[in-house]
Amino acid sequence: MAAARRKRLAVWKFASCDGCQLSLLDCEDELLALAEQVEIARFLEASRATISGPYDLSLVEGSITTARDAELIREVRRVSRALVTIGACATAGGIQALRNFKDVREFASIVYATPAYIATLATSTPIAAHVPVDFELRGCPINKRQLLEVITAFINGRRPDTPGHAVCIECKQRGTICVMVARGVPCLGPITHAGCGAICPSFARGCYGCYGPADALNIESLGQAWLRAGVPRGDVMRVLRSFNAGAEPFSKAALDYEDDQS
Amino acid sequence: MLPGETAIVAAAALSDLLHEISRLGYTLVGPTVRDGAIVYREIHSAEDLPAGWTDVQQPGSYRLARRADSALFGFAVGPHSWKQFLHQPAVTLWHAQLADQGAVTFAAEPPERKRLALIGVRSCELYAIATQDKVLIGATYSDPHYAARRAGLFVVAVNCTVAGGTCFCVSMKTGPKVETGYDLALTELIDDARHELFIEAGSERGAEVLERVPRRPADGRAREAAEKAVRATAEMMGRQLETEGLRELLYANLENSRWDEVATRCLACANCTMVCPTCFCTTIEDHTDLGARRAERVQRWDSCFTTDFSHLNAGSVRSSIKSRYRQWLTHKLASWIDQFGTSGCVGCGRCITWCPVGIDLTEEAAAIRRTDLRSQTGREA
Repeated sequence: MAAARRKRLAVWKFASCDGCQLSLLDCEDELLALAEQVEIARFLEASRATISGPYDLSLVEGSITTARDAELIREVRRVSRALVTIGACATAGGIQALRNFKDVREFASIVYATPAYIATLATSTPIAAHVPVDFELRGCPINKRQLLEVITAFINGRRPDTPGHAVCIECKQRGTICVMVARGVPCLGPITHAGCGAICPSFARGCYGCYGPADALNIESLGQAWLRAGVPRGDVMRVLRSFNAGAEPFSKAALDYEDDQS
Repeated sequence: MLPGETAIVAAAALSDLLHEISRLGYTLVGPTVRDGAIVYREIHSAEDLPAGWTDVQQPGSYRLARRADSALFGFAVGPHSWKQFLHQPAVTLWHAQLADQGAVTFAAEPPERKRLALIGVRSCELYAIATQDKVLIGATYSDPHYAARRAGLFVVAVNCTVAGGTCFCVSMKTGPKVETGYDLALTELIDDARHELFIEAGSERGAEVLERVPRRPADGRAREAAEKAVRATAEMMGRQLETEGLRELLYANLENSRWDEVATRCLACANCTMVCPTCFCTTIEDHTDLGARRAERVQRWDSCFTTDFSHLNAGSVRSSIKSRYRQWLTHKLASWIDQFGTSGCVGCGRCITWCPVGIDLTEEAAAIRRTDLRSQTGREA
């Protein structure tokens, strides 16, 4: 056992806020144990020292928004035995996928003093649109407990336990009172992938959909319920177009709720 | 006092009664107001009960409301059921340890020996517990964690003096009057002149507890007042479900187009199964630590509404929401009878109230009855 080579872990960043990588550094209590089991060979957020590949497990944060990204991700795939995307950007294109519904040149002309310096693609796309992905971990940001579960599962060759059911089940398991039923608060929980532990409803807020679409969902029916509760059509569209705007069930459904301002 | 005997206890003396129960080593769990609902959680005295509160329930809607009086049990059932405590959301079943020499040792997680006193159990809930008993404490297979918690119970039942907007225990013949399975059964009698509890001892333990609190003998008038209050509740049912021939009706209507219609509304969110006091399904998940030295198996609530639930090696057996809703309803109201000898539904109405889009199983069953495929094809019903 002792002679077994530690598996090599690499962390990569594309278009993202770094929050998901930070979840790895957030594993303060478990980080030393993790470093004993895996060789953290490339993790620029933590250290400039890198060890060249190949890597047993690559964690990829961020979406593909430039031609250079599109090249680099192929290289990452080439040097990685397993490639796991972490977070909404890498899995669904992130908040920056809002450009997919508009003209990115118009955005650039408003945001940057010299838009000519900006070389960017017209779309923000998930990693799986470019290379085969072994597993996608949801969340904006990801949950550190789930991240450890996924890393542990991959280094031990087992299936990670990250259920794809709705957030509602997490609310019920922890005994949280349904904010839609008991308070009339619009909540995305019934269509949102579990994983966060149902944080917002435990503070009497509706779910924001940070973990993207659940495995099984009926956006049309929830949308109707929101409209009946007095939520304007455009607001239904806007909640579907947030961190997981590029996830197909959300992007398709959002079209049904477009209004004049969209 | 003996089982079957009755007494009148002043509402103000309920704390004494609860104190006597906790003195026997029980942890008290009962209704209390929290986060806009009446939930079940650990309580310490009658002070924690929802005095003066009631609830207004409709499909997909629950609101707390103030009563004109200070009744302690003047509400219907809320979002929690006793399942939370008996068939817990997550239970570690066993763990395994890898020794340096390569030997693996397994150890079952011992059941928690916690003795709970459930305060304010309604008749439908006693039926729900009896229903889960049939599933989880079988002759051949028994869930040791459930069985241990179940064995340690002290039950203070309450006869319902109000019915909720989604209640239909009368249809299911599960209430509102408590019949069996309790240590003490209370009926709250409240009007301008009095606030008292008519209490019936259902066991020796119950009788012993009752003996230790200030009380007076219950006369025939008190019993009549208690029975009248429960009869009035039976007249107030918010819903009804026609159970005559229901099993055969559902079996004959697996292709009824109503399933397609309800599937357009069903969110497949699983809330109905989570709040149902009889739904018992679980999944098991195995976890390892980073170094693969220690593993554990955890049992968690699961639901027939998730796609993982029926996932076999080629995918989910019930991939459409239609097939999952049909599975749930036909199991609850029909095939449960074949499996366990009773309906899986106790008429508590939780699945109706706590469905975020207000799907009402009594209405779905009625709709199927209205469009019974047997009458449409001209065959005998």
